Amino acid sequence: MEALEFARIQFGSTTIYHFLFVPLSIGLAPLVAVFHTQYVRTGQERYRRLAKFWGKIFLIIFAMGVVTGIVQEFQFGMNWSDYSWFVGDIFGAPLALEGLLAFFLESTFLGLWIFGWDRLPPKLHAATMWLVVLGTHVSAYFILAANSWMQHPVGYTIDAETGQARLDDFLAVLSNPYLVGQFSHTILASWTTGAFLVLGISAYYLFRQREVEVFTSSARVAVTIAVLSSIGVAFVGHDQAQHLTDAQPMKLAAAEALWDTEEGAALSLFAVGDVDAGRNVIDIGLPQGLSILATNELDGEVQGLNDLQAAYEEEFGAGDYLPPVGVTYWSFRIMVGAGMLMIALALFGVVSSVRGRIADTTSRLNRWWLWSLPFAIALPFLANTAGWILTEMGRQPWVVYGVLRTSDGVSPSVSTWEVVLTLGGFTAIYLVLLAVTIGLIRKQVRTGPPEESDEEVDEDHRTIAPLGAY
Amino acid sequence: MDWFNLETLWFGLIAVLFIGYFVLEGFDFGVGVLTRWLSRDDTDRRVMINTIGPVWDGNEVWVITAGGAMFAAFPLWYAIVFSSFYLPLFLILLGLIVRGVAFEFRGKRSDTRWRWWWDQAIFWGSLLPAVLWGVAFANIVRGIPIGEDFLFEGNLLDLLHPYALFGGLATLSLFTLHGAMYLALKSEDGGDVQQRAHTLALWLGFVVAAGVIVFLGWTYLNAVSLGDTGVVPGIIPVSAMLAAVAAPLLIREKLHGWAFVATTATIALVTLTLFLNLYPRLLVSSIDPSFDITIHNAKASDLTLTIMSWAALVFLPIVLAYQSWSYWVFRHRVSRASVEAPTETPMQVLERRRAIADQRRPGTDAEGS
Repeated sequence: MEALEFARIQFGSTTIYHFLFVPLSIGLAPLVAVFHTQYVRTGQERYRRLAKFWGKIFLIIFAMGVVTGIVQEFQFGMNWSDYSWFVGDIFGAPLALEGLLAFFLESTFLGLWIFGWDRLPPKLHAATMWLVVLGTHVSAYFILAANSWMQHPVGYTIDAETGQARLDDFLAVLSNPYLVGQFSHTILASWTTGAFLVLGISAYYLFRQREVEVFTSSARVAVTIAVLSSIGVAFVGHDQAQHLTDAQPMKLAAAEALWDTEEGAALSLFAVGDVDAGRNVIDIGLPQGLSILATNELDGEVQGLNDLQAAYEEEFGAGDYLPPVGVTYWSFRIMVGAGMLMIALALFGVVSSVRGRIADTTSRLNRWWLWSLPFAIALPFLANTAGWILTEMGRQPWVVYGVLRTSDGVSPSVSTWEVVLTLGGFTAIYLVLLAVTIGLIRKQVRTGPPEESDEEVDEDHRTIAPLGAY
Repeated sequence: MDWFNLETLWFGLIAVLFIGYFVLEGFDFGVGVLTRWLSRDDTDRRVMINTIGPVWDGNEVWVITAGGAMFAAFPLWYAIVFSSFYLPLFLILLGLIVRGVAFEFRGKRSDTRWRWWWDQAIFWGSLLPAVLWGVAFANIVRGIPIGEDFLFEGNLLDLLHPYALFGGLATLSLFTLHGAMYLALKSEDGGDVQQRAHTLALWLGFVVAAGVIVFLGWTYLNAVSLGDTGVVPGIIPVSAMLAAVAAPLLIREKLHGWAFVATTATIALVTLTLFLNLYPRLLVSSIDPSFDITIHNAKASDLTLTIMSWAALVFLPIVLAYQSWSYWVFRHRVSRASVEAPTETPMQVLERRRAIADQRRPGTDAEGS
């Protein structure tokens, strides 16, 4: 293996790792802000306890998101210098704006929130958390604007002199049709992730009938968000798939393992393919399902991999233009499958909640539901990860779709052993930190929300470390 | 104003971002390094960490924004610098990772071994970047083997020559002094931490002054031998040296606030000298000046630079305003008592809590009185 392969493994693994924490930050921040605001409005003790409890977990996750995020920004230049040189004119601006508009906001106001319990007037203090919420969402917008440009480059020309991509229309980059779908999909998925974490941990308490009053509150808020956002994700995802039909037909064909262009294509449920032969050995599907999904018509035409390959060879010259079909196909199914399970769990919860039985352990069905939710925390992570693998691997062999190949983006001056060394280093430290993070969250969950009596000690630490953080 | 163009503006703005970064994170690197030398027990370390607790993350954003600005304004510069300084940047990243989580995780458990590990992370995670930023900037100014097609043709050893290593020691000692002055201002007045910071700074101040003079002199000699001294008005490096010399004198007079101003000025003026020495270059090639990366051959399109300029013009002042406000909110000193277990009687605790509760919920009578 060459530097290119290791650089790809490094980008993939550090990005997946980073994205374990990002959606939780985006999804948990609004919940913390809601509980804090409820506390300021009503003065009820349970909301204060919820704001502090979820706030502590949020801070652990946020810290991990921050430190792994710096790696992402540096990595473009370190491992992908030719890519950076090529795209910088367009790709750099969203990154710089992300720092200027989002990261400063998040970090400064989170500092104010953590240490502000007796330094700031209550309303202003709650507002600092809302500014953190704003920051996390603005940040997502800019980084996804950058990624959307890689998926569907718009608003640029190629500099005849240097061969670099040059910005032509910034508004086109910020309102990229791909971005509209990707931003809504990612944000809704993040809210789902936050909601399922809160739901899972609340259910852990309700199943054991501990702190029932407090965790009924958080479970009800979370289940509402979970149902709205998990269904929302599916609808937006459907829209995105339709957009792919035009923007990246290769990704769609790979995600469905559709080898030959068909009218009235079936939606594949299970397939085993033979990539060399360019066909499926086993293929079970819903007749006409894919055509409906992709084009809204029973007999709509969906392009197949073999035909696209031929078309691409004509356009870009000889080469292999197929993404890894197996990975793309299965990551799509894992994402959708996990999403469907989440929708089912959330719908059940909403019914329980409306009937006022969310904390009920006497009903067998509800008891089973509560028991399953802590395990269901894994579902959004599975779906998020599979979704990004689909998005990024499905775009291969391009790093900028149709414009720059991944193999042309790697740093020419960085040697294989250097990439191996950094890959090893990041892997080692990331694994240790993952174990520590999970351990700390478990400890926080076991300890539970701070009691009023804990608060006496806590109040004394408030000036300095209100959450016992430092 | 012939010289004025968008690429010069962005050269200046990136200089401002790095100055902001080194001034702000400079003291929290310093505090991180000093947790090892100025603390006698866990409470001391908590006092020190809490002086930077609310602000260190915001300080770090300065470098993230600087990196983004390099990427956007001078893509070639970003690409070549980041891929050439591969291993130093990797070590900086490791440092920033372990240090960042250490602040958050350290207090989560009270056993000594747990805290010992995070103390190591804070110390090394502050020391490594403090040294390596100096090494990197010294290399950028002195030149690294950049060849045809702007490709880095050297290896790690090319980055570790005496001038660059001296640059690393200079930033480490300067940041440490800066951190000591910050601690003198932010820890309890007359307390042990302040006293130890003062005692250390008494001699460290002179070391730093000598280091800054030698480093700037060496930088000048390098520039002369390269035949390109940039656009440095002599007053800037001379002021940097004067500020560096003033710091230990002010410390001796126990004028910690003014000494902090002096270390701030030293960091800002040294960084400014390096940038002015570079202009209009961005990265010097030690092979041939025609391989230098300059603001002209690396610049992004005028459209990108114009958009970024407006964004910076509008948002940089806003950022400065709220970051300053956050420093104002946390202007108090941190004492041992404030991080230790409560010493009040239960009655005092109750009374104070009631007062806080009244103040916190004005106009709510939902809670039984």
